[in-house]
Formats: sequence, C-alpha cells, structure tokens
Amino acid sequence: MSISLEEVRHVARLARLDLDEPELLAFQGELNALLGHFQDIQGIDVEGLDPKPHAVGLHNVWAEDLARPGLIRDEALRNAAVSRAGLFIVPTIIEE
Amino acid sequence: MLTQLSATELAAKVRSGDVSAVEVTEAHLDRIAKLDSELGAYLHVDREEALRQATAVDAMVKAGNGGFLVGVPVAVKDNISTLGMPTTCASRILEGYVPPFDATVVAKLKEAGAIVIGKTNLDEFAMGTSCENSAFQDTHNPWDPDRSPGGSSGGSAAAVASEMAPLSLGSDTGGSIRMPAALCGIVGFKPTYGRISRYGLVAFGSSLDQIGPFGRSIEDTALLASVLSGHDPLDSTSLPDSAIRSEGLKDGSLKGLKVALPKQLFGAAINAGVMDALEMAIENLEREGVSCTQVDMPSIDYGVTTYYIIAPAEASSNLARFDGVRFGPQVQGDGHIGNFSATRGKLFGHEVKLRVMVGTYALSAGYYDAFYHRAQQVRGLMAAEFESVFRSYDLVMSPTSPIVAFKLGELKQDPMALKMLDLCTIPANMGGFPSLSLPCGFSQDLPVGMCLTGPVNGDERLLQTAYAIEQALPWGHRRPPLP
Repeated sequence: MSISLEEVRHVARLARLDLDEPELLAFQGELNALLGHFQDIQGIDVEGLDPKPHAVGLHNVWAEDLARPGLIRDEALRNAAVSRAGLFIVPTIIEE
Repeated sequence: MLTQLSATELAAKVRSGDVSAVEVTEAHLDRIAKLDSELGAYLHVDREEALRQATAVDAMVKAGNGGFLVGVPVAVKDNISTLGMPTTCASRILEGYVPPFDATVVAKLKEAGAIVIGKTNLDEFAMGTSCENSAFQDTHNPWDPDRSPGGSSGGSAAAVASEMAPLSLGSDTGGSIRMPAALCGIVGFKPTYGRISRYGLVAFGSSLDQIGPFGRSIEDTALLASVLSGHDPLDSTSLPDSAIRSEGLKDGSLKGLKVALPKQLFGAAINAGVMDALEMAIENLEREGVSCTQVDMPSIDYGVTTYYIIAPAEASSNLARFDGVRFGPQVQGDGHIGNFSATRGKLFGHEVKLRVMVGTYALSAGYYDAFYHRAQQVRGLMAAEFESVFRSYDLVMSPTSPIVAFKLGELKQDPMALKMLDLCTIPANMGGFPSLSLPCGFSQDLPVGMCLTGPVNGDERLLQTAYAIEQALPWGHRRPPLP
C-alpha cells in the first residue's frame, strides 16, 4: 500500500495546508514510511472488539443551564488578525 | 541557597515568615538570568510580573492567609493558557497570542499562593520527543548541554532539574512528561486521565492528553498534584471526586509489593546501559521485600503504531481551529480558504504538518475503518491487558525511555527512532492509567528513569509506593553539574 503524489495533494487540500512541490514530495515519502508501520496492526484479530474512543469513559455529562460571565467582546477580539466594528474580518465568501 | 530547597521547604519557610515570597522569586529569577541563555528552558519570563505576584503573596501571608504553595515559583509549559502572558505552543502560528483567561490549573496555582515564574519550551504543539521541534529554540539537557532534555515537555523538565524552578507543569499525550523527566533525572507524573482539568490546555490528542507535575522529589510532585487535581465543571472529561490526596504519602511499605515487569520492555528494544541501571534498582527493591515477576504483555508492541494513528487523527481535528482569523498572525492567500491554507502551510512546522496530514488521511473516507476504527479496537485490547495484569499485581514497572539523553541533532534524521522513544510510556495514555517516572540510576553519567504505572484512580497508592521506592534507592540527591 502506498500513497501517490496526487493523494498527498488531496490530503493537503482537505487539511487546509498550502504546501509547495518539494514539501509535497517530502510528505509523500514520510507518509509512505508511516503507512508501512500502520500495517503492523492489520494482522491483529479484533473481530467483535469494541473500539475504545476514550481513556476513562464518562457518559452523559450534564451541566446546569445557567448564565455565567463569558469573555467580553474586546477581549475576544484582542488576538484577531483583523477586526473592525466589533467583528472578526475575513475576505468575502458569498459573492453578491 | 534558596533555589536548592524543595517546594515543600520553601512553602514552609514563606508561611512561617522565615523568607519572603519576593526573596524566593528573586533567587529563582537570578538563577534563570545566570543559566537560561545556555539551557534555553524558558520561552517567556516576565521579571516584573513575577515579582508583582510575589509581593501580593507576601501581603496574603502577612494577613494570615496562604495556600499549600505560598511563595513557590512554578514554571508552566507554553501550551497551557496563562492570562496576560504569551502562550505560543512553541509555534509561529501562535506567535504574539496572549490568552484572555487562565487554564484551571494556573488559576489553582495562583489560589495556592504559587508564583507563575515563566513559560517553558516544548516541541511545537507537544508533538515530539526531543524539544527540537520548537519553532523558537532548542532546550539543552542540564546534565550535558550537548544533549536533548527529551520532550515534549523538555523546557519544564530542564527548568526543574537545573533549579531554575522547584516545580513545573507539563502535558503528557504519549509520554511527554515522563520521558523528559527520565532524561533530566527528576520526577514526572501523569495522573489518571480526568483527575487534573484540561481546561485551558491547548488540545493535541484530547482522549490521551493529561496535564501533570514535575518535581525533584516524589513529595514535591505529590504536593503539586494535590493542588492541581479535583473536579472541574469546565472540563467535561474531568472525573467526579478527582482530588489527589497527598496525606498518607509516607505510609507505604515495599514489603509484599507485587510488581509486573513486561517482557516486551525488558528486551532488545532497550539500551544495555539503561537495562543495567534498572536491573540494579530492581535488585535493591527485591532486598526490601518487593517481588518482581516478568509477564508477557504482547499488546505493548502495537502501542507506537496505534498511538501514531489515534493521536494524529485527534490532532488533525483539534488543530483545525488555527485559521489565522481569531488568534495568531495571518498569511495572505487567495480569499478566505486561501488565507486559511497559506497561514497553516507557512506557520505550522514540519512535524505538525506531517501529523495533521497523517490524521486527515487516517480519518478520510475509505481508510477510517482500516486505520482509526481498528486502532481504537487495539487500544481497547491494550487497556484490557493492563487491567488484567493489575488484578494480580500492584503496578507495572519498566524503563521510562529506551535510551538516556541523546545528542541534539543525533536522531533528527531518523523520525521513526524518535517516535520509538515513547514505547514504554504510551500504554498508560491508552488506558488513562496513572504513571510516573522517577530517577533509578545512571548510565554514562546520565540519568535513567523508572516508569511505574498503576490502575485507573490508583494515583495515591502509586505515589505512596513511588515514595517508598525513592527512599530505598540511593540516587535522589545527585544533581546536574551546573554552577
């Protein structure tokens, strides 16, 4: 099993990572090396085993629906790359 | 010298008025000024802010108040949020970010009268085992500055080992507290998952991440664990009744203690010098009445592979929040998605991008069942194997790291060798088990760590046993050769 350069490009797009050609090639090599190791667990008999998604499972953790102080707007915006009029500013997404 | 005292001693002295919190803080700031240009343990130290905190603590003590850590400086790993103090995760993508809130553990430190003395270096987003993946600087091992302190919490381990802080905080996803503790010759503790709140820890692998303490002794480490632990409604994975009690720490006995030694961690995977040091320690413990038995735990061999599917999968999802809009710098691309991708492509380091790619791939359509789902099934198998061993034994013992501190740059070209360094520590994260590393000897004049792992919620018993082991082993007082 190996991953093609086209697949690497696809994964980078899914992951929102803008990579140049040399980087894509480097990741292709490293991903293929790791995928080789992933084969180590393919032979294990896991038939009927429940997946364990969490270290110590808790179920149905509820919180009281109470109002409590949150971040004030200016603090929430303080680390923004661009903000204006109390808003985070991003490029236009929906054309008119 | 104040910097040589334990946290327990420092808190007692400040409480009794013997010394002030300002004097203790100044002594540590002076030592940082003297040593840290060589060691590179800290990313951020704010002298004025630390002294301002210390002055407030002194006023508290004068008024007859004060918690368990009055006047004790604590260094905090830079992936834990600190109000008004930079928190970068050693990544360019968070350069200049100043959190508007304190992590629960930081709030607890302040309530206990501790001084947050600085933020420590790590592998970017805690992804690594050498601290070399930091975007800003290398950290050097206090025992030999040409060597790595281990990772990812290498800055926190180096700061405590070099007496630039008596205590520090780290985070452990696959061994990131215990492994650097071993390489720096100190104690590092990863409690049961859920006993210390993760609120304010920048998430890497949420089902594996756990904050924990570093100290130069079990007593100090247990003291800090007791301050940090407890249920937190802000972390929905926080366990109920999760306070770690440190009373009774010194009441443990080694007589009749049953220890399992996994065959898989006592073989060819472990360096001979590390093995010799651990075996000598085991002989010492057997003379004290501990019974050590080799057991077969085959699932340990699948740990690293399973980890490198689960942790990157969770990371690829967690790191999606770094979009260059709400925090950190922004790199211009074509439109919104273009900005998003350019920011992440330029500002994440290589290892972080690799893990995000691995995780995205493992979760993508067509591969989910073969990789992520199967890895979770194997994770269940590993946890069950440990649980069955805990039915017959008090704890599992192994080396913490297969090798002693390695030269900076030595393993950089061998990514798989770096990943294998977590072999002994990964199982505890898989099952959420409490696990710690304590110094147990030396090889080539470099410290060797012993890893002890107990059953879920066996934190108090584990610390008690570790305290008794520490008293029985003659290594506790050796310090790094520093001025």
